[in-house]
Amino acid sequence: MIVLLPLSAIFIKTAGLGWREFVAVALSRRALAAYRLSFGAAALAAAINAVFGLLVAWVLVRYDFAGKRVVSALVDLPFALPTAVAGIALTALYAPNGWIGSLLPFKVAFEPVGVVVALTFIGLPFVVRTVEPVLADLGADVEEAAASLGAGRWTTFRRVVLPAVLPALVTGFALAFARGVGEYGSVIFIAGNLPFRSEIAPLLIVQQLEQYNYRGATAIAATMLTASFAILVAINLLQAWDRRKMAAL
Amino acid sequence: MRAIVGLGLLLSIAAATAPVHAADVTLLNVSYDPTRELYKDLDAAFAAQWKAKSGDTVTINQSHGGSGKQARSVIDGLEADVVTLALAYDIDEIADKAKLLPATWQKRLPNNSTPYYSTIVFLVRKGNPKGIHDWNDLVKDGVGVITPNPKSSGGARWNYLAAWGYATKTLGAAKAKDFVTKLYHNVPVLDSGARGSTTTFVERGQGDVLLAWENEAYLATHEAGGDKFEIVTPSVSILAEPPVAVVDKNVEKHGTAKVAEAFLRYLYTPAAQEIIAKDFYRPRDPAVAAKYAGAFKNLQLFTIDRNFGGWTKAQTAHFADGGLFDQIFEAAKR
Repeated sequence: MIVLLPLSAIFIKTAGLGWREFVAVALSRRALAAYRLSFGAAALAAAINAVFGLLVAWVLVRYDFAGKRVVSALVDLPFALPTAVAGIALTALYAPNGWIGSLLPFKVAFEPVGVVVALTFIGLPFVVRTVEPVLADLGADVEEAAASLGAGRWTTFRRVVLPAVLPALVTGFALAFARGVGEYGSVIFIAGNLPFRSEIAPLLIVQQLEQYNYRGATAIAATMLTASFAILVAINLLQAWDRRKMAAL
Repeated sequence: MRAIVGLGLLLSIAAATAPVHAADVTLLNVSYDPTRELYKDLDAAFAAQWKAKSGDTVTINQSHGGSGKQARSVIDGLEADVVTLALAYDIDEIADKAKLLPATWQKRLPNNSTPYYSTIVFLVRKGNPKGIHDWNDLVKDGVGVITPNPKSSGGARWNYLAAWGYATKTLGAAKAKDFVTKLYHNVPVLDSGARGSTTTFVERGQGDVLLAWENEAYLATHEAGGDKFEIVTPSVSILAEPPVAVVDKNVEKHGTAKVAEAFLRYLYTPAAQEIIAKDFYRPRDPAVAAKYAGAFKNLQLFTIDRNFGGWTKAQTAHFADGGLFDQIFEAAKR
C-alpha cells in the first residue's frame, strides 16, 4: 500500500491531462534533453560504480588491513549523508575555485560531468553492498583452486569470479542506476541547471510545481517512472536469461 | 536541508496546534527565505507591544523557504495564520486554488499590502573589474551573470522582469526579447533558488555580477565584511513588492483573526518601519524613509502592474510553459 498508492496517484493525476498537453509537457524537446541527461548520467555513474564498487568489495572481502572497519563504514556514508550535504560538499570541491576543481584542466561543477560525479558518489554503496556477500560466499579457495589448475589471475577473474558475482553486480548496477535517475538533492547544487545542457529531469518536475501545474509535474514523473520501470524489467530479464544459461552449463 | 525545513515545519505545526492558556496566542507566519532576520526582529517587537497593549503573550512561529514552495505548503494544508511571501502571484494562487482568502486580498492593506518594498540591484566583485554600471553592461561579451531560474524561483521573476522593463524603456518593446535573450546567454549557472545563486556567486566565485534583491545584496556585503563585493544600483529597476496577508479560513479556525490582523497592521507603524529599514528593506512610512534616505540609492522604479499588466498576465506571457522565457532557451538551442 505504501508503495503502490503514491505510484497509482501519479498515473491517475496524469490521466486528467489530455494527450496533446501530455506530449507538450512530458515530451517537449527540453524534457527530452533532461531525460537524456538524467538517464545517461545515471547509467554512466552506475557503470563506473560497477567497476570500482566490485574492486572495493573485493578488497574488503579478501584482504585484512588496518582500518578496514573504518573503510567499510565509509562506504555506507553516502547512504547516511543528507543528499543536499553531499551536493554542497561536492560542489565546493569541484567548483573552479575548489580544491579539486582548481587542479583540473576542465570544468566539472556546473557541467553535465558534475552530474555524473554526484551520482557516482551516491551510488557506490549499492554496488559494494550487493556484491560483498556473494564474494564472501565464493571464498578464496575457489580462486586458489583455479590458480592451482594453471589459470592466470585474469583468467581466474574472468572465468571464475565474474560469472559468480555477475547477478549481484547487475543488481547493484540497477539499484545505483535507479537511485541516480531520481536523485535531486545532491545533483541540483553541482549541475549548472541550464536548459538543454545541464538540467536534470527532476528539476523540470520542481519547475512545473513552482507554476502550480501539478498535472504537468506528474506527467513528467509518469514518463520517468515508465522508462525506469522498463529499464529495470529489461535488467531483470537479462539476469533471468543469464541464470538459465548458467544452469544449462 | 529539506529535511531540516521539514522538521521546522513540523515543529511549527506542533507549536501552532498545541493547547494553550487563555492568554497565550500563537501565530504561524509562513514567509520566504530572505526574511528570516527581518521577522526575527519584527516578531519580538510586536510581541512586546501586544503584551503591553492587551496583556496577552503572543508567540509567532516562522516558517521560511522558497516563496512558491511555501505557498504550495499552505495550499496543501499548512495552517498559516499570515503569509508574507515574495510576490503577489503566490498569494493569488492560495486564494485561487485553496480559497483560503478572498481574491481581493491585496486591496485590504495599504500600499498593495506591502509594508516594505525593495528592488533588483547588482552585486559585483570589489573594484568592479568588469565596469558594470547599468543593465546594458550585462549583455556584453565575457560578462558572467548569476541569476536563478525564474521558473523555479519566484524571487528571480523580479530579476527577469527588471531586465525586460529596462529594455522596453531604453530600447523599445520590440527589442526587449532580444536583450533578455542576450542577458541569459551570459548566465553560466542557473540555480533553482535565490540562495543557491548567492552561494554560486559568493562562495564558488562564479560570474562577474549577481542579480539580487537590494536587501539580499546588503545582507551579503555585510556578512562578507564589505571588502569583497560592491553594490551597483542601475539607473532603473523594478519595484519589488513582497506582500503580506491574513489567511482568513485559518485564523477563523484558530480564533486568531484579531491578533493576526494587528500583527500585519503593526508592520506599517513607525517602530516597525525602523526595523524594516535596518534590515535593508525600503520602508513605506515617509518619515522613516526620509530618515534612512542616505542608506538607499535613488533610482527610477517601474511597477509590474503598469508595465506588465499584473502578475497573472506576466506569468502567462513570460513564465508559463512555452512562454517567452522558454522561447529564449529554445532559440539558444536552435
